[in-house]
Amino acid sequence: MVPGAFNYHRPDSVDGVVSLLGEWGDDARVIAGGHSLIPVMKQRLTDISHLIDLAGVDVLKGISIDGGTVTIGAMTTQHELITSDTLHGAAPIIREASLQIADPQVRYVGTIGGNVANGDPANDMPGLMQTLDATYHLAGPNGVRTVAAREFYEAAYFTAREDDEILTAVSFSATSGGYAYEKQKRKIGDYATAAAGVLLTMDGGVCSSASVALTNLSDTPVYCEAAVDVLVGSSVDDAAIAEAVKAAVDASDPVADTRGPVDFKKYVAGVIVKRAIHSARSRA
Amino acid sequence: MEKMHVKMTVNGKNVDLLTEPRTLLIHALREELGITGPHVGCSSSHCGACTVDMNGMSVKSCTVFAAQAEGADITTIEGLGTPDALHVLQEMFKEHHGLQCGYCTPGMITRAYRLLQENPTPTEEEVRFGIAGNLCRCTGYQNIVKAILEAAAKMNDMKESA
Repeated sequence: MVPGAFNYHRPDSVDGVVSLLGEWGDDARVIAGGHSLIPVMKQRLTDISHLIDLAGVDVLKGISIDGGTVTIGAMTTQHELITSDTLHGAAPIIREASLQIADPQVRYVGTIGGNVANGDPANDMPGLMQTLDATYHLAGPNGVRTVAAREFYEAAYFTAREDDEILTAVSFSATSGGYAYEKQKRKIGDYATAAAGVLLTMDGGVCSSASVALTNLSDTPVYCEAAVDVLVGSSVDDAAIAEAVKAAVDASDPVADTRGPVDFKKYVAGVIVKRAIHSARSRA
Repeated sequence: MEKMHVKMTVNGKNVDLLTEPRTLLIHALREELGITGPHVGCSSSHCGACTVDMNGMSVKSCTVFAAQAEGADITTIEGLGTPDALHVLQEMFKEHHGLQCGYCTPGMITRAYRLLQENPTPTEEEVRFGIAGNLCRCTGYQNIVKAILEAAAKMNDMKESA
């Protein structure tokens, strides 16, 4: 399988990328790790005349932690997320989730920016970013702006990013307390049948803060506010967990596909959310 | 589309390719450079038969454009050992019958090479997790895992006695 012909660009600055996007509009796409984009190019499901490689833009790489805020450059790979001990100290849920993405070869090149910006509801990072209440940083012809991850996803592959913008980084507050990212998949390398990210902070036996989000259970990632409302203020006992699981499953809206019919997916979602809450509770 | 120059180092040799931007790295290696160790298996980023080592990472060369490899240092199975001087991994695959049809083997060994560079003393579980991006359709995984674990032990012995 060979893609259709295109022009290749390798700018060395964000301004250079934005200027090329302005020049070529819909005919251009940026490429990071390329493991979502190249397969669809090979199948000729997309028509791209200008491919803009972000590999030469050094400022898009790296992890920094400053005053409790974690900022990860868009071109940081999943492998780098997994192997960063400082990131693991600040937000251990990232390593737990990243290790469940694809396979080793894909994780060496797959980037956090590509994973969150593509808008594929099957990707894990968008759900994880809902859990972390992350902020996305976008650069475009009118400068930079930020969008909350929880406001970013509109529908499958439709996001708040404009065509002439690129996502440059994600940021979020370092976490404390318990965490878990649980994922059910048919085999290594598969997308989730259901996945869930959970953060829990306990204070004197009572849950003082929580976050629950779902991956691949709707056409966007789902932040489960109703489940959070159940958990916060509770002792996270079996009754509260059962009620939170029900709230999370009610917030899901999966479609039937090769991973199973809707009822099955909702059932798996319940199992996964329950496991994630239990795991986060045991670490809180 | 206009062809472009791509310079990279492949198995220690500097090469300068003149190729189309859409040329995939696996095709550049096999068809333009005659390096046929990396195989085309699924051509859809699943099977890992096309795995090469690029700048210290195991990558599926069917899902990388040659243009993206500009300036890269690439090692294929041909760069790990020769028929007269096999790499320890190749020796162990031979000794433990870590291959049946052999189609996945170059990718398996190239991946295992990087895995052992990063983790010289892996557990069996770590080996299995580490080669999860490589499929063997003969399903001969038991002996592949055995060969990699034995290779790790041998490489560590060699390091100690060096």
